[in-house]
Parts: sequence; C-alpha cells; structure tokens
Amino acid sequence: MILRLEHIYKDYILGKLTVPALKDVSLNVEKGEYLAVMGPSGSGKSTLMNIIGCLDRPTSGNYELSGENVMGLSDAQLADLRLRSLGFVFQNFQLLPRMTALDNVALPLVYAGVRKKVRRQRAREALERVGLEDRVSFRPTQLSGGQKQRVAIARAMVNQPSILLADEPTGALDSKSGEQIMELFQKLNDEGVTVIMITHDRNIAAHAKRIVDIFDGELKPHVDSFGQPPVFHDPDAAGDKKEQEKQEGQEATGDFSSESQEVTE
Amino acid sequence: MLENLRLSFQSIWAHKMRSFLTMLGIIIGIAAIIAIVSTIKGTNDELKNELIGSGSNTVNINLKENGNSLSIYTSSDIPYGVPQVSDSVREQILALDTVENVTCFTSRTGVDGVYYLNEQISYPTILGIDTSYFATAGYTIRSGRGFVEDDYTEFRTVIIIDTIIADNYFPNEDPVGLTLEIDGTPFTIIGVAVETDSYEASIETVDDYYTYASPEAGKVFITSAAWPMLYCFDEPENVIVKAVSTDDMEKAGAKAEDILNAAISTTQTDVQYDAENLVDQARQIEQLTSSTNIQLIWIASISLLVGGIGVMNIMMVSVTERTSEIGLKKAIGARKGAILGQFLTEAVVLTSTGGALGVGAGIGMAYIINKISGVAVAISIPASAIAVLFSMLIGIIFGLMPSMKAANLDPIEALRRE
Repeated sequence: MILRLEHIYKDYILGKLTVPALKDVSLNVEKGEYLAVMGPSGSGKSTLMNIIGCLDRPTSGNYELSGENVMGLSDAQLADLRLRSLGFVFQNFQLLPRMTALDNVALPLVYAGVRKKVRRQRAREALERVGLEDRVSFRPTQLSGGQKQRVAIARAMVNQPSILLADEPTGALDSKSGEQIMELFQKLNDEGVTVIMITHDRNIAAHAKRIVDIFDGELKPHVDSFGQPPVFHDPDAAGDKKEQEKQEGQEATGDFSSESQEVTE
Repeated sequence: MLENLRLSFQSIWAHKMRSFLTMLGIIIGIAAIIAIVSTIKGTNDELKNELIGSGSNTVNINLKENGNSLSIYTSSDIPYGVPQVSDSVREQILALDTVENVTCFTSRTGVDGVYYLNEQISYPTILGIDTSYFATAGYTIRSGRGFVEDDYTEFRTVIIIDTIIADNYFPNEDPVGLTLEIDGTPFTIIGVAVETDSYEASIETVDDYYTYASPEAGKVFITSAAWPMLYCFDEPENVIVKAVSTDDMEKAGAKAEDILNAAISTTQTDVQYDAENLVDQARQIEQLTSSTNIQLIWIASISLLVGGIGVMNIMMVSVTERTSEIGLKKAIGARKGAILGQFLTEAVVLTSTGGALGVGAGIGMAYIINKISGVAVAISIPASAIAVLFSMLIGIIFGLMPSMKAANLDPIEALRRE
C-alpha cells in the first residue's frame, strides 16, 4: 500500500460559509498501480490532487504516504516529501521560460542538494527517458506542447519518485501529443512507477488500469455513461485508434473518434 | 547558493532596463558617498603631505613661555637663563641618527622699517640665520648667491630676499646688487631665495598668523652676525631640524627638544623649547574634516534609503509576476527557505551590483570634481569595500519583506494563477 486516504474531509471557508470540497474520501493505491480519478470540473478532483500531492492538508481524516502519516508533518517535511516521493505533471506544463529543458529538469535536484555535475547527468538521462535527448538545450518557447509536457514529465521523474501525479496532463495538448504522453505514462508504469492521473476526459482515463469517479466531493466506483462496467485500457485498441486517426487526418480529435465509436456501438 | 546567484544574474539580465532603473537609487547614493569620501581623503592626504612631509621633513622647535610663543622686541624681553644654541648643543643634535641637519635663527615678524628707496616693503619677516638655514629649511638660491663664511666673519651688511618680495617689488629687474634699508641701516641684496616646498602650517599664535596668514609679506634674511646691528645681542634662537625621513620627524623633534632644553636653566625661567608635533596636528585636522563630512555622508545615505525602497518595490512586483514560478518550485519540493534565499539573493545581487556600479561612478565623479575644481581626491579602498558591503545590507533589509512574501505563498493559489 503506497497511498492510503481514510475518511478525508476538506472544507473551504468562504466568509461565514463552509463549503465542503471533499466528503469522506477513502482511497487505497497499491504500489505500481495506474489510477485515473475522473470527474467534471468542480467535482473536487483538484482538491483531491492537492491533498494527495501534499500541497494541501485535509480538514480531517487520515493520510498515509509510503507508510508515513502525512497529517502530522511540518511544512518543511511536506516539502521534502514532495521533493523525494512525488512527481508532478501539470496541465499547463509549468516550465520556467528562461531556463533550458535541461535546467528545468534539473530544478528538483537543486533543491535535493545534488552537485551540479551529477544534476546535469541525471537530468540528461531523464530527458533521454522521455525521448528528448536532442532538445536538451532548447528553451520551452522552442518546444511543441507535447515536448514541453515530456520535459515536465522528465522533471517529475528526475528525483525517482514513487508516485507520479498528473493533473489533466493532456488538457493543453492535441490528441496526437496526448496519445504520446499516455504512452509515456504507460511505459513509466511498466517500469514500476505508481501513476495517479486526474482528468475529466474519459478517453484519457481509459488508459489507466483503474478508474475512480469523483462527483460533488465524493468518490464512486467508475461507471461509464451507459452504466457499463469499467473499461480498461487495451494497448492494441490504442494502436488501432491511432491508425484510425491517421486515416481520418488531423481534424479527428480523440473525443470525436471515441464518440463515433460509442455511437456505432 | 551558487545556483541562486546564477539565477539572480539571469533574472536581472532578463530585465536589464528595469534592473538598472531599480539600481539607480543605490548607484546615486553610493556614488555620492564615494565622491565625498574621495574628496575628504584627497584633502586630508594633501594636508598631511603639506603639513608633515613638506618634502623637506623639517620640524620647528620654538621657544615657548607657558605654551605661548616667545616674542622679543627689545633686549628686556630676553629671558634669563636661555642661552644661544652653543656649538656643542648643535653637535649633539647633529649626532642624532634621525637628524640630517639643524639650523638656528632669530626672527622678527611684521617689521615696518624696511624700505627700498622711498618705497616701504610691507611688513616682512626678518630672519637672522646661520649658514645651514637654507639647506635645512628647504630654500635654494634662485639668483645671486647665498651667505658665505666671510659674510659672518666680516659682519657684512648683506641681505637675501625671498621670491615674494623679489616678485612684488622688483618684477622687471634683478634685485641683486640693489640696496634695502632696515631701520636706517643699508643692506645690499646679494641673492633671491626660493622655497623649494611650500609649507602651510597651522596658525596657533599671533606670530604664526603674521608669518602664514599674510604670505604676501615675504621674508628677508640677514646673517646672524649682522643681527645685533639691528636688534639685540645674545637673542635666544629658534631651531629647525631636518629629519632623515618623515617617519623620523616626531622622534627627531622630541630628542632635539630635550637636548635644547637641557641647556636652559630651569630655575631662572619657564621658557622651554617645544617641538611642533605636526603628525599630531595633522591627526587633529583630519578628525575635524572627517567629522564635518560624516554629516554629508548621512545626507547621502538618505538617497540610499530611497534606493532601498525602490528595490523593495520592484521585488514586490517581481514576486507577484513570478507567482506561478514560485508555486511550481514549492510543488516540486522547494522549502520556504529555498524560495526566501532565492529572492533575497536576487535583492542582494541587485543592490550590490548597484553598489559596485556606484563605487565606479563615485570614483568617476571624484575625478571630474578634481578636474573641474582642482580639489584633491584620493580613492579609499576600505570605503569602497564598505560601500559595497553596505549596499548588500540594504539588499537584505529591503529584500526581506518581498522574499518572505514569496516564501509564504500558498503553492495551490500560486499554481492556479497564470
């Protein structure tokens, strides 16, 4: 058990009003799992992500990460936990525009107190892992969206965290780049990294091995729009879809193709 | 730390114009201080050189009665028990290894009986000197000749004038060979003496005032042998010793003073020889000038304060602008301290760069002041170092609040903002 959330509540206080964002959320994630948390905007999925990512503290409940109780940790200890155990991938990449890809990737190592030479070496290796060894000295403005997100993934992985947390990782990408990112997540998951992905996009969530729905701050087992049991990602099907997209040309978005699939069903 | 420095320079370089404008307040403040300090130091150094060194390393040892200069007008003013400097005393002083030369002389200041034809020479100082006076006190003969042994043994009524009298009264002719009258006694001008190193001493007594405050008065020199023709016999003499080096001046003066005082009968008079301690005087003057100028530095510091506030303002803007960068850094595991350190380093780099530029500008300003007004300037390395350190301190003080704001940003809020 790498992550255990027990009866997590999170309330936001707006003036005199208390707005519950999470209600009695319990979630267990095993090591090596590939989990998608799906929900519409306002469902509390970002709040959940922040709590899992140790960026925010629950109002009540219990949270254990890698067997360590997170609830009692100080700000500095939480920062260290984020540094060593968690890797973040954001929708809008959050790369520092003035730094090269290599420096962006090496940034967490700076805070880990790694020597410069080692930093550069490890950042280079991380960029190789995401297939960007030829973009090492490029700045974010010189990279495409998909490349930027891959740099961000390299940055998330450079400290070898046990959990990769992704918040709408394909939200700002075209479907083709999104697909590449999903392949990369699959590869990382195959290498043993626990991946937790938050999305509103069913087709993206479908890449995960397990999906949970979040709605109005409550977690529910996943059902698709037709009340069907959970759909798991089939790598072969993804390959088919890709070919199909190629045939249909650039206009075909992931959403469109999947909806057409559903209609034909 | 090194990474922070690198990032700071990067960020400053990325906003060159803004950074420069922010630094401007610091630059102006530091430049003003450095310019002021440089002129202070320049004036002090010059003063010290003139006063102490005067190139010739001479120390005046004057007779004083209870701290006041001894003035002699008639023979009744001559104190009992103060003999003229004997040859043996002179030998003793010369034997000191810090002393290069020694001379004894008698003098009158503001003499009103000196005439060339019908023209009165305005109140010169008359000195009765021995043969070593010019060499010791730092004079050379510009035209004519100096005193020779025969001038003394034959009691010749010969006179040497200094350049002030020569240039004022005989501008178009060589005065050598002309005759001056002192209190009715004719003296033949045999030479013009020129002071090799001008020497501005402090004014402590009325005599000093006559001597130094009205330099136009000029000096005339007669032999010590001819002195009694005009004034008194056995007048006690003042002494000048020339030290081997500037560093030896204090010691040479003190030793010579002791030797001279040993010859004075203390039971009969309280007149004593007193060596001018120029080093000490220089120190006092230095203290005086620096205390006035410290007030100037305070005023310049206000500009530094304003500059510091400018830095704080720009850092606040910078923190707001870079909210998402801060959020990201916190998300990937930067502790509060790391963010604080980053922004503080940036503020310090900003102000100390400003400080360094300010030191450069201040040195430039000092030289411009020197060129325009001729005020002496000297660059003080410790002052420059302190200026840069001080601007660092300003960076810490005024950078602290924005840096703390950055460090305390909520990463969720920070990431949400675009």
